[in-house]
Amino acid sequence: MNQFWVRVLVVLTVILGVNYIAWRWLESLNWAAWWISIPLVASETYSLIDVALFGMTVWRIKHRKPLPAPPDATVDVFITTYNEPAQMVLDTALAAKAITHPHSTWILDDGARGEIQALAEEHGIGYLTRSADWTDRPRHAKAGNLNNALMMTQGEFLLILDADQVPEPEILSNTLGYFSSRRIALVQTPQYFINVPDDDPLGSQAPLFYGPIQQGKDGWNAAFFCGSNALLRREALMQLGLVGYVKEVETGVRKALKASRTAIRRARKSPEAADPLVAGLLNEVEGATARARVELKAGGSLSEVTYRVRQTVDHAVQALVGSDFSTLEADLAEIAAMELDGGDGFNLPAEELDEAIERMSHRDWSPLGALESVQAVLDAISIERHAEAQPIMPLATISVTEDMATSMRLHAMGWQSAYHHEVLANGLAPEDLKTMLTQRLRWAQGTVQVMLRENPLFQKGMKASQRLMYFATMWTYLSGFAAVVYFAAPIIYLTLGILPVNSISTDFFVRFIPFMVVNQLLFAVTGRGIPTWRGQQYSLALFPTWIKACTTAARNVWFGRPLGFAVTPKARQDGGPGWSLIRPQLVVMALLVVALIVGLVRLAVGLNEPVGTLVNVAWVAFDLVVLSVLIKAVKYEGFVPNERIREHAVQHGA
Amino acid sequence: MQFSTEHRTGYTEVLGNGRLNMVAAPKLRDVVSAVVAAGKTRIVINLAGTSFIDSSGLGALIGCLKLARQAGGDLRIACVQPQVQMVLELTSMHRVLTPHPTAEGAFSDD
Repeated sequence: MNQFWVRVLVVLTVILGVNYIAWRWLESLNWAAWWISIPLVASETYSLIDVALFGMTVWRIKHRKPLPAPPDATVDVFITTYNEPAQMVLDTALAAKAITHPHSTWILDDGARGEIQALAEEHGIGYLTRSADWTDRPRHAKAGNLNNALMMTQGEFLLILDADQVPEPEILSNTLGYFSSRRIALVQTPQYFINVPDDDPLGSQAPLFYGPIQQGKDGWNAAFFCGSNALLRREALMQLGLVGYVKEVETGVRKALKASRTAIRRARKSPEAADPLVAGLLNEVEGATARARVELKAGGSLSEVTYRVRQTVDHAVQALVGSDFSTLEADLAEIAAMELDGGDGFNLPAEELDEAIERMSHRDWSPLGALESVQAVLDAISIERHAEAQPIMPLATISVTEDMATSMRLHAMGWQSAYHHEVLANGLAPEDLKTMLTQRLRWAQGTVQVMLRENPLFQKGMKASQRLMYFATMWTYLSGFAAVVYFAAPIIYLTLGILPVNSISTDFFVRFIPFMVVNQLLFAVTGRGIPTWRGQQYSLALFPTWIKACTTAARNVWFGRPLGFAVTPKARQDGGPGWSLIRPQLVVMALLVVALIVGLVRLAVGLNEPVGTLVNVAWVAFDLVVLSVLIKAVKYEGFVPNERIREHAVQHGA
Repeated sequence: MQFSTEHRTGYTEVLGNGRLNMVAAPKLRDVVSAVVAAGKTRIVINLAGTSFIDSSGLGALIGCLKLARQAGGDLRIACVQPQVQMVLELTSMHRVLTPHPTAEGAFSDD
């Protein structure tokens, strides 16, 4: 029954929303003040698309009934850690060990700490760190940690837990049943935090997301992986790794062959190339690359094609060295500068390769220099993926948040996912604003990276509905830009008297108010019994974080710049509140208050009209209420459970 | 899954009997890394007795290919059964590891 009303409200919201926005674009724009009227109508259009995607999500809310777990399913439980306190890791590991369904428990310690290893051994828990292959190669953070562990274990299914997510004993028994459908690759369960007070000042719980939104995505077979508290099918992940590997190798081989031919053609212009031996060898290698390209196009074996080219090149290099055509010093330096032996940081090998190939094609080489650069490029792309620690990377490494990209690729390959709506692990949320902001920034950056690198709207293999479900989540992360406009518009009216619309007339009210009312009703009905206000506040109030995420992710994807995690200012070093963390928001709040006063004065002296003032004052009041959550957040001193208060009292009494 | 190793002229043959799945995959890696460590880098994996392979098994083959290539040699596969052929094509892996009809012929092109 509820679902029926949800659908009625979705239809009404979309109809009334389109009615309002169409009128805004066609009839209401104040062209004289286009610099604010266009951004405002664009922001409103953004919000309408956002709510329409939300409507589509909740259209198909799926309530699943768990199936009995297959008793013979083998499971590895992975607890990922990097620098969390040993006690926290141990608590989680012991709870994981106590899970009832038979399984092996592993601590994946990316910090390679002796202390953790000793604790693991003492309690009979598996302990894994990166193999030697990872030395001096891109580590790919958590995705790399999991990919490394995948190669060292053999369970049919994997349960992934962050170090702070203490599992319930029935976490496997209640979820493994979904895998009896052979196409299910992923079961995600909610992330819930126990160290959060009822009023949730930092907006840590995500009840709307781990509820109607994931259930709705599940209805479209698009429930996605959120990094922890999820089960994955090994076969699906490995298949993903294999397909991705073949694709990457093929692209690399194509590019390298093309670049090799260019380098050789350039080398032919050098004086040494007049020598018949040199000319012959260059011809031979160019012939080999040309043959290889034809064979590739015909779907030939990648490994054999590159192996043959490599042999021809090696032979030619030996011949040249033997006959004393030495490489120019400058060429050697250039080859070194191409940095093909695996970079650091987060760059895709593909990007490094592109860069090297670019350089290679724009240089005049000596013959031997050209051949050696061809060798270097062939090595870099070659089948064994020298630049990577392991050739097969099942978990996606294109983003700092490996989860969303991985599940998107799984869906694109035809696998299915399930969302199991029952809290089966209890986690710990950040207890201070600074950590919370850093975490939100990271999630947002990761999501935007995926949007820019593998936009779901253009991914083959997924249904249109699945693409939209992924896109919906990414779309919400663009809200920072709209928020700025929503704060600016009323300030501009109240202080300068400039309206972004022709006039605030009946036309405006009859279109806007019904839309707003059904929109709010839709949220109220879908989120029945769920506190959603905190989430709404933060989606606007954290606008600097969302904008920064978009700009840094764009710079990273398009220009290969690092994301720069360390830029969050240090706060609360000696317990004082971190006001500097929310400086932009404080400035906005001050401006809103000033606008309020100026607006009332302008009204009193007859410069602004009453209806316009009323609407904008209400708007400012709403903005201030939204932003007020941050005051609470800055003042928040961390979670104080009852036991801790008692301990505190005892210590002080003694 | 049982593995055996035979040194032949020009290559080393590794025979696998049984199911090359997630349980057997690490074993294959161990066998091949021992062969490479002994200085034999031209390797043919004879899959005549391998009735089933999964993605973990294929992953292990790629890992072995990397070992052989890094040591300056190569790894080829031969005598694949229908299920193995199907999985190879499903993942496009046949373009990286192209099956040869016989173990003797796997290195015949060089």
